[in-house]
Amino acid sequence: MRSLPIPLLAALLAASPALTQTAVRAQADTLAQVRARGHLVCGVSGGVAGFSMPDGQGRWHGLDVDFCRALAAAIFDDPDAVRFIPQSSAARFTALQSGEIDVLARNTTWTLSRDTAAMNFPVITFFDGQGFLVRKSLAITAVKQLDRATICLQQGTTTELNTADWFRTRGLSYQVVTFANSEQTLGAYESGRCDAYSTDKSSLYGERLKTAHPEAHVILEEAISKEPFAPGVRQGDDAWRDLVAWTHYAMIDAEEAGISQANVDRLRGETLSPDVKRILGLEGRYGQGLGLTGDWAYRIVHHVGNYGDVFARNLGDGTPLKIPRGLNALWTNGGLHYGPPIR
Amino acid sequence: MRAGPPRPGSAPRSARGRALQALALQVLVALALAGLACLAVTNASEKLARQGITAGFGFLAQAAGFDIGQRLIPYAAATSTYLDAFWVGLLNTLLVSGLAIGLATLIGFAVGIARLSPNWLLRTLAATYVEALRNLPLLLQLLVWYVAVRVMLPEARDPAAWGGAYLSQRGLVLPRPEFVGAAWLVPAAFVAGLVGARAWMRRRARRDAAGAEPGPVAAPAPVLALGLPALALVLGLPALAWIGLGLAGHPVGIAWPSPGPFGPEGGLGILPEFAALLLGLSTYTAAFIAEIVRAGLNSVARGQGEAAAALGLSRAKTLRLVTIPQAMRVIVPPLTSQYLNVTKNSSLAVLIGYPDLVHVFMGTVLNQTNQAVEVVAITMAVYLTLSLGLAALMNAYNRRAAPVTR
Repeated sequence: MRSLPIPLLAALLAASPALTQTAVRAQADTLAQVRARGHLVCGVSGGVAGFSMPDGQGRWHGLDVDFCRALAAAIFDDPDAVRFIPQSSAARFTALQSGEIDVLARNTTWTLSRDTAAMNFPVITFFDGQGFLVRKSLAITAVKQLDRATICLQQGTTTELNTADWFRTRGLSYQVVTFANSEQTLGAYESGRCDAYSTDKSSLYGERLKTAHPEAHVILEEAISKEPFAPGVRQGDDAWRDLVAWTHYAMIDAEEAGISQANVDRLRGETLSPDVKRILGLEGRYGQGLGLTGDWAYRIVHHVGNYGDVFARNLGDGTPLKIPRGLNALWTNGGLHYGPPIR
Repeated sequence: MRAGPPRPGSAPRSARGRALQALALQVLVALALAGLACLAVTNASEKLARQGITAGFGFLAQAAGFDIGQRLIPYAAATSTYLDAFWVGLLNTLLVSGLAIGLATLIGFAVGIARLSPNWLLRTLAATYVEALRNLPLLLQLLVWYVAVRVMLPEARDPAAWGGAYLSQRGLVLPRPEFVGAAWLVPAAFVAGLVGARAWMRRRARRDAAGAEPGPVAAPAPVLALGLPALALVLGLPALAWIGLGLAGHPVGIAWPSPGPFGPEGGLGILPEFAALLLGLSTYTAAFIAEIVRAGLNSVARGQGEAAAALGLSRAKTLRLVTIPQAMRVIVPPLTSQYLNVTKNSSLAVLIGYPDLVHVFMGTVLNQTNQAVEVVAITMAVYLTLSLGLAALMNAYNRRAAPVTR
C-alpha cells in the first residue's frame, strides 16, 4: 500500500502538462476538433418556442436549432450530427469560452461589449427588438403607459439595461423583479406579481402561448431596442468564424436565388443559372476556402432548407407563433437580410 | 503526522527507513500539489489572454446601468457602478441572513423546548414540525413559500388595507417614518432604551443573587415584574422622543403609501421575494436548531433540573436559570454551523428573484462584464469572510459561555 502513491503521482505529474497542452491547442482549430469528435456541440436556450425547444420525442426544433443543423449538414452531410446543450443566459458565455460548446446559437443579442470581451458574432440571423407583454384588461397600448408599473425581467440580459435606459430617459419610473430563467419570469408575471413581462418580441409570442389564457394577454406593438440575434463563436479562430457566417449567407442566398428545400434536387439537375450553379457547387470550388466540400451549400438547403423555409417552419404563419417576417424578410422584400455573393 | 526524530543507534533501522520514506512521500505530494496549482494558474491566465478578457478589478468602477428591486442604500442605474451593485447585493444578503438567523433561533428554541414538554399535544406538534421541515429540500420549501405568498395575497390593484398599510401580491407596504433633521433622536432613544433595560435587568439579577430581596424560594419574582419596566424603557423612550420632537415643532414625518394605478406605492415596501426567502430560510433552519436545542437540554444532568425543582423553581425558571445556561456549551458549536448554513443558503434567493449578492453580482454583473474569474473570486471571498467572521463571533461567545473550571 505504501509504495503505491509514488508511481501514481509520478504518472500524474508527467501527464498534467500534456493534458493542459491539448486543452489549449484544441481550441485553436474548432473545425478540426468538431470533425475529430464526429459531431457539433451547439449551445441553445432550450426553452424558447420557435428558436430552440425539444418536442415530446426529445427532438429539437427551432430557428437556432436549424442553424446548428445547417452547420452540421455543411460539415458532415448529416443534420443530426449535433448535440444540443441548453445554456442559461448567465452561463452561456462561459460555456463557449471554456470550449464546452463549439457555437452558441441562443438568441443572443450582438453588442459591442460582448463582441470585444467574450466572443465573436459572425452574422445576424434574426432581427428582433425588446417588447412588452401585458394583460388586455389593463387596456395599455403604449409602453409609456407603464409608468410606475412593476415589470418582470430575465436577469443577465440586455433587457435589464434597455428597460432602465428607456424609462430613465423619459423620466418614468418602474419597479423591477428579475429572475434567472424565463419559466420563473413568466410564472411571476402570470401570477400577478408584475404588470408587464418584457423580453425580446420574438420570445414574447412563444411566452404568451405558454400562459393559461393566451388571449388574455397582448404584445405591445412598440419595440424599445434593437436586438440583433447572432450566433457566437470563440475569438481567435477566423476559419470557424467564416464557416458560421457563410452557413447563414448560404441560406439567404439560396432563398434569394429561389432555391428551396422543395426544389433543390430538381434545380441541381436542370439549372442553367450561374448563380444557382455556384451556390450548389456545380461551378467553382467555393467550399474549399471554408475547409468544406464543393456541395456545402447544397447540403444545407437539401437537409435544412433556405432561410425562408426555416422561418416558415419555426416561426411563420404555419406555426402557432405566427411571427411576421418584418425586418427578417430578404432585402429584396423590404427586410434586412442580405447575403454577400458566393463567388 | 510526523514521525518522532529517530535516535541514532538506539532506533531500529527499519523505523528510521520508514520515517525517511514518509518524509519523502510528503515532500513529493507537496511538490505535486504546488505543481498542479501552478499549472492551473498559468493555464487559466493563458486562456483568458487568448480569449481577450482583461483580467483585473477595473470593471467595478464602470456604470452598472441596470436597476435592482430592493436596495438598502441609494442606487440608481445611471449613476451607480458595479461596485455599488455589489454593495446593494451584499446588504440584501446580510439583511435576509441576519433576520433569518434571529427568527430561526427564536422558533428553534421554542420548538426544541416544546419537544421536551410534558404536554402531549405540544410535544407532538413540535416533533411533526421538525420532521416535516428538515426532511424536505430547502429549495422546494422556498418555491412553495414563494408561490403560496403570491397566490394567497390579493391582487395588486385591489390590495387589503389596514391603517395605512397595504398587503397585496406586490408585498406589504407600510407607512415609513422619514428621519430628517433631529428625527434621529427617536431611533437613538430606542437604542438607549435597549441599553437601559439590559442594565436594569442585570442589576436586578445581581440583587437577587446577593439576597437583597427574599430569595426565589420564598417568592419567585413574576416575569411581568421583571419585564414590564424593561419594556417601558424600550418603548417609552422612543415614544417620549417622538412626542417631544412633535411639541418642539419638528414632528417626525411619515410617508404614507397610496394605492397607485398599478398597486400600492410609496412607504416602506416588503417584497414578496424577501418575505418568502426569510420565512423559508428561518422555518427550515429552525427545525435543525430545535434538534440541537433538544440535544443540548438533554445533555444537562437530570439532577440539575430535579435540584432546581426541589428548590421550588418553576419549570420556566428552571429552564431559564439552570438548564439552558448549562446546555449552551453543547448547543453553541452546532448552532454556529446552522448560522453559517443560513448565510450560505440565502444564495438560493436566485431561484425566487430576491436580489441578493449571488443574484445581483454573480448573475447580472457577471453576465454584463464577463469578468467571471474576478466576480466569482469576490463572491467566494465574501461568503468565506462572512462565514469565518460569524464562526469567530460564535466561538468567542462559546468561550464566555463555557463553564469556569475551578
